[in-house]
Amino acid sequence: MAKQFVKGNEAIVKGAILAGCRAYYGYPITPASEIAHAAAQYMPLVGGTFLQAESEIAAINMVYGAAGTGIRAMTASSSPGFSLKQEGMSYLAGAELPCVVVDVMRGGPGLGNIAPEQGDYNQVVKGGGHGNYKNIVLVPNSAQEMCDLTMLAFELADRYRNPAVVLADGFIGQMMEPVDFPEPVSEFAEKNWAVRGIDKDRLNLISSIELDPDDLERHNKKLQRKYEIIENAETRFEKYRLDDAEFVVVGYGIVSRMIHTAVDQLREEGVKVGMFRPITVSPFPRKQLAELAGHNSIKAFSVIELSNGQMVDDVRLAVNGAKPVEFYGRMGGNVPSIDELVHEIKRMMRVL
Amino acid sequence: MSVKILGKSDSFYDVYERRPGTNKKQTHYCPGCGHGILHKLIGEALNDYQVAEKTVFVSPVGCSVFAYYYFNAGNFQAAHGRAPAVATGIKRSLPESIVISYQGDGDLAAIGGNEILHAANRGEALTVFFVNNAIYGMTGGQMAPTTLIGQKTTTTPYGRTVANEGFPIKMAEIIASLESPVYVERVMLADTRSINAARKAVRKGIKNQIEKKGFSFIEVLSTCPTGWKMTAPQAEEWIKSTLVKNFPLGVYKDIAEQVEPLNLAKNLASLERVPRFLGLVQDRLELDTSKMKLGEEIDQEIKIAGFGGQGVLSLGVWLSEIGMREDLKVSWIPSYGPEMRGGTANCHVKLSRSNIGSPLVTQPTILIAMNRPSLEKFEDDVIEGGAIIWDNSLIDVAPKRSDIRNIPIPSTQIAKELGNTKISNVVVLGVLAGFTDFLDPDVVQRVLPIIFKKKHLLEINLKAFQKGLELGRDLKN
Repeated sequence: MAKQFVKGNEAIVKGAILAGCRAYYGYPITPASEIAHAAAQYMPLVGGTFLQAESEIAAINMVYGAAGTGIRAMTASSSPGFSLKQEGMSYLAGAELPCVVVDVMRGGPGLGNIAPEQGDYNQVVKGGGHGNYKNIVLVPNSAQEMCDLTMLAFELADRYRNPAVVLADGFIGQMMEPVDFPEPVSEFAEKNWAVRGIDKDRLNLISSIELDPDDLERHNKKLQRKYEIIENAETRFEKYRLDDAEFVVVGYGIVSRMIHTAVDQLREEGVKVGMFRPITVSPFPRKQLAELAGHNSIKAFSVIELSNGQMVDDVRLAVNGAKPVEFYGRMGGNVPSIDELVHEIKRMMRVL
Repeated sequence: MSVKILGKSDSFYDVYERRPGTNKKQTHYCPGCGHGILHKLIGEALNDYQVAEKTVFVSPVGCSVFAYYYFNAGNFQAAHGRAPAVATGIKRSLPESIVISYQGDGDLAAIGGNEILHAANRGEALTVFFVNNAIYGMTGGQMAPTTLIGQKTTTTPYGRTVANEGFPIKMAEIIASLESPVYVERVMLADTRSINAARKAVRKGIKNQIEKKGFSFIEVLSTCPTGWKMTAPQAEEWIKSTLVKNFPLGVYKDIAEQVEPLNLAKNLASLERVPRFLGLVQDRLELDTSKMKLGEEIDQEIKIAGFGGQGVLSLGVWLSEIGMREDLKVSWIPSYGPEMRGGTANCHVKLSRSNIGSPLVTQPTILIAMNRPSLEKFEDDVIEGGAIIWDNSLIDVAPKRSDIRNIPIPSTQIAKELGNTKISNVVVLGVLAGFTDFLDPDVVQRVLPIIFKKKHLLEINLKAFQKGLELGRDLKN
């Protein structure tokens, strides 16, 4: 439709509105604030709601209310803000409400800093709230994917009645790139479960409470079956130069862009290395990684993250001891240079 | 009407199917509890005003967590204290519905203190029923923020003290102190007379919402015989003798008659108009990429650095915008995170014919240094054979390296002569278009009017570009 040079954070809002989102409730926080700015700018123009909530907790609960009425609703924040939203995430998952939550990760723990990190992996992917639930989690690595995966997040959220998180980092949010924006979504599935203030919805209930242990266990089992279906149908990933690779480097988000360049450099030196990039980290592409680990040609894996090593646990579970899994991480908002990555990948290969 | 208070209203389910167990005809509330009475008053009002079918009822956490067992309406169950935020999300999506937030004293005055305060302050068009029984009923008789001084609860076994827990909080008074709420009243459920008064308040609170008058708040002093360890008659007596003395009844605010109805109508844009509202309309440049004059050295990693206000970030964005229109892959990223240390603003720009991996520029092919700290900070990073464009009208030292192309341009001086020092970045853009391979000057001149939409700005910027272009071409020759 139109190609535009935009910031990742702005691409999220434009993608959301194209996906039919008409409600944004949020609380400003660096480095996610541009999302609120763009939502404040565009939501009123399309007749949607933008409201700066009194807190992250209020914002996620406003999303709970809006999503329960059947409209597409979202909020966005950055790490400390996402921590506060965890109560709401659990309720949304329990009540099976579709919504999109964006987390533009920054340095932690605590107040940390505003530089890019990937330290929220565990709290987003493993369900930082209480209970046996999972979010759908998409991890963009470009401004284009900030738009595309936000739109996909709304589709998946509706299809499975589940909260979907777009997990980005400060770099992807602040970066500008050309984005091809698609046409607005025009078809939406009927939400018969929603409470829309009409007579036929009077028997509908948006709730996460089940007092009876057997009922609650049934509900939980139903959720687990849903997660299984999601895993089978919606796992997404990218393979880069893996065909004859002996060494697989795994990374997501901004890190995958750096690995991409590092792989190209190493290939020029004749090193047989490729990249595996999860595009969904929940569901995690564990079957695909397990399959790779089964190839005789592949000798080892290495995981690179801007964290103390959080996704590496999932890679290790997937590889399940079939091949060594090495890890390299930076924290605090420090980002490795390409030379550093090339050096580290070589070092990890020498260890073997 | 009095008959209806005693009977079951149509806005209640006939059979409480959601209630577990075999008793589907009675509520789960204890004998003598005020919740049942208040439920009936609300149900009767919804019925009489014929709004039950468009009512959305938000149940809180506390004894009334199961209000959805009973109300034949759209039902939400909210997290502890968050009902006003949930109700806000509902009402903003369904402005024609009647949204009721029903909360107890722990829910509303303790854990949800923030949510109620701000929903009230925004004047959300809601009706809030606040059941104040001075105790946490459901969780086992613990202290509430409204528990009286000296009152014994399971968490104040020696009685609440001012020193340890402070004074009971008076929500009606607090809410009435805000500008937005239209109606705030405190009532009690202690005898027929007070229940009749409560009934009027309930109806008024709901009517206000029907008439789109804004935020209504009704605090209801209510009995909790179980939590208070009293019989039902004793509990009613205790409200009259003790509770009401601490929480005086009355209308604390009522401006419903004076205020105009709120305009809550939603005006959704038609789908066709959405892209335009998002600014997603392709400009009509119709550039023919096959006719562009681009050279061999397209792949560039550029770092642009200077003081804030020199247009360093903008220059990077323009380079990328132009590159995008030349059908190149481009990326731009501002100095961010730890790189911001050191007092310079800078950005990284990459242009390439192939996909761009990392957007970060650590070894620039071109460094554009607009001030001395930038030159000193990044000079060593430039690749061998790369170029350093630096403003020699501002920087009093030259690059030390001899293995790079040294391009001093007095861009600030030139911009000053043209009448505006702020356009020194456009001079540099011209220089780049003149001596590099990746910018077609014709494309730049067609893109500039998109960047500078105001005519007077465009004129001076075109001049600055031309001046830079001449200097750049001289460099090339």
